[in-house]
Amino acid sequence: MGRTVTAGTAASAARTATGPAPAPRGFDARRVREDFPILRARVRLPGAPPPLIYLDSAATSQKPQSVIEAMSDYYASYNANIHRGIYRIAEQATAAYEDARARVARFIGAASPRELVFTRNSTEAINLIAYAWARPNLKPGDAIVLTEMEHHSNLVPWHILAAERGVELRFIPVTPGGELELAALPRLLADGRVKLVSFVHISNVLGTVNPVAEIVRLAHGAGALAMVDGSQSVPHCPVDVRALGCDFLAFTGHKMLGPTGIGGLWGRAELLEAMPPFLGGGEMIREVKLSGSQWNDLPWKFEAGTMPIAEAVGLRAAVDYLERLGMDAVFAHDRELVEYALERLPEVPELTLLGPPAARRGGVVAFTLGTLHPHDVATVLDSDGICVRAGHHCAMPLHEKLGVPATARASFHCYSLREDVDALVEGLHKARKVFA
Amino acid sequence: MSTDAWNEIYRENILDHYKHPRHRGTLEHPDITYEDANPLCGDHLRMDLKVKDGKVEEVAFSGHGCSISQASASMLCERIAGRPLEEIRALTRDDVLEMLGIELGPVRLKCALLALKTLKAGVYGITQWPGEEGS
Repeated sequence: MGRTVTAGTAASAARTATGPAPAPRGFDARRVREDFPILRARVRLPGAPPPLIYLDSAATSQKPQSVIEAMSDYYASYNANIHRGIYRIAEQATAAYEDARARVARFIGAASPRELVFTRNSTEAINLIAYAWARPNLKPGDAIVLTEMEHHSNLVPWHILAAERGVELRFIPVTPGGELELAALPRLLADGRVKLVSFVHISNVLGTVNPVAEIVRLAHGAGALAMVDGSQSVPHCPVDVRALGCDFLAFTGHKMLGPTGIGGLWGRAELLEAMPPFLGGGEMIREVKLSGSQWNDLPWKFEAGTMPIAEAVGLRAAVDYLERLGMDAVFAHDRELVEYALERLPEVPELTLLGPPAARRGGVVAFTLGTLHPHDVATVLDSDGICVRAGHHCAMPLHEKLGVPATARASFHCYSLREDVDALVEGLHKARKVFA
Repeated sequence: MSTDAWNEIYRENILDHYKHPRHRGTLEHPDITYEDANPLCGDHLRMDLKVKDGKVEEVAFSGHGCSISQASASMLCERIAGRPLEEIRALTRDDVLEMLGIELGPVRLKCALLALKTLKAGVYGITQWPGEEGS
């Protein structure tokens, strides 16, 4: 990469490094895999660790070469702080950062890049709403509706708020089959005290795809706003905030082939405009006097301090990559794998699947294996290079509801193969033998 | 982790204690009883002790968890049964790892140490993880 690189060419240069974009209808996970350095080794060499069979994409996805290169290119060629310097590379860096925002905003269907605030991750995005929207707008006696299948990131910020402000939390129940009991929602909304319904689009444990538009419609009908936790949906399926009709959307970069340390909060402009800042510091102000400050415009009002610039550039490359694959194709691939997994896993004796049928879930499968602790299962699988998550997946209330202390979870992305599922099934047979 | 990690981690002695736990159960009228959990794993452990003349007369553990947590509880009970109560205070993280005969990453380490943590909390009110006392 030469020194004359500009923000615009950084991504396109990275693109040539990964070869031409695959044909939209020719989705081939095996070819996709070639773009992911960590997944390239396919043969088990003596004395070396086994090749990775990565089945933990719901925790974090792997990164394609184009993302890694876009970030290292930023550091190698135009590293500078943004929105400040008037020299060439500072302007390049600023352009790359704002270009990333525009690109990611378009990816989620935002009306304008102004509506996209970069955050560290979904957790920070939800906390931003809890602090900067909920605190000024909610009073004691108001209520927030969540669901029993939330990740801790969409529970704990509201616990803090509830304790501090006397706000009541209500929960849409989860059925034994792992789906939301939507019939309960009108009742939860009936007294008109609910100001916000905040819920996960796709469950990180069960894979359940929740009916977002329907929940949003009910929330709005009761005068409440709707926030969607898109941590597991934005990385895996087409998400268009205007089609969903929601008011806020939280998502994180590292689950969508991008780097850690960057995520996003999308909000309707008029709502974000009316909110006070979340964190105070540099960049989020227009004018500072010793006696006080004037806030900057959207979205910078919410971006205090130096932001993760390389990460924004990396996230942009990830979005470019995902769009070249096509989000419909990515989701179809997830569904195909999950269908295959739901068909094959029951071959393992004593295995219990959690969650809905394949038709209503994304690429996530949680299960238990007899009386074996998921940690033991995961450790045996690890000896063959198979990476699964074991534990409560930051959703303790959901596990309590389902009556299991912990589960093992396999999850997929665009680089996952049917052979990965085969290896998992074989590894589970082996785990049973070890502890028989 | 080495290619045969499960051979390493699930050494025969660990599997033996997991499949045939010693001192498993509860005691009637224990002098000391304490329960603790490792919320990260969902491991849950209870230790019951009967003490006579400053010695552990009887000890039993109950609860549920992974093989490492269950085996280390079983081994620990075997180790302290009949021994002076004072010896429990001196037991360390390294003693547990030596009993298990393996090295563990940070997550599984907590599984291994839950029994000792529970025991020390019950006997001495020491509630930190073994190896992190005073930190």
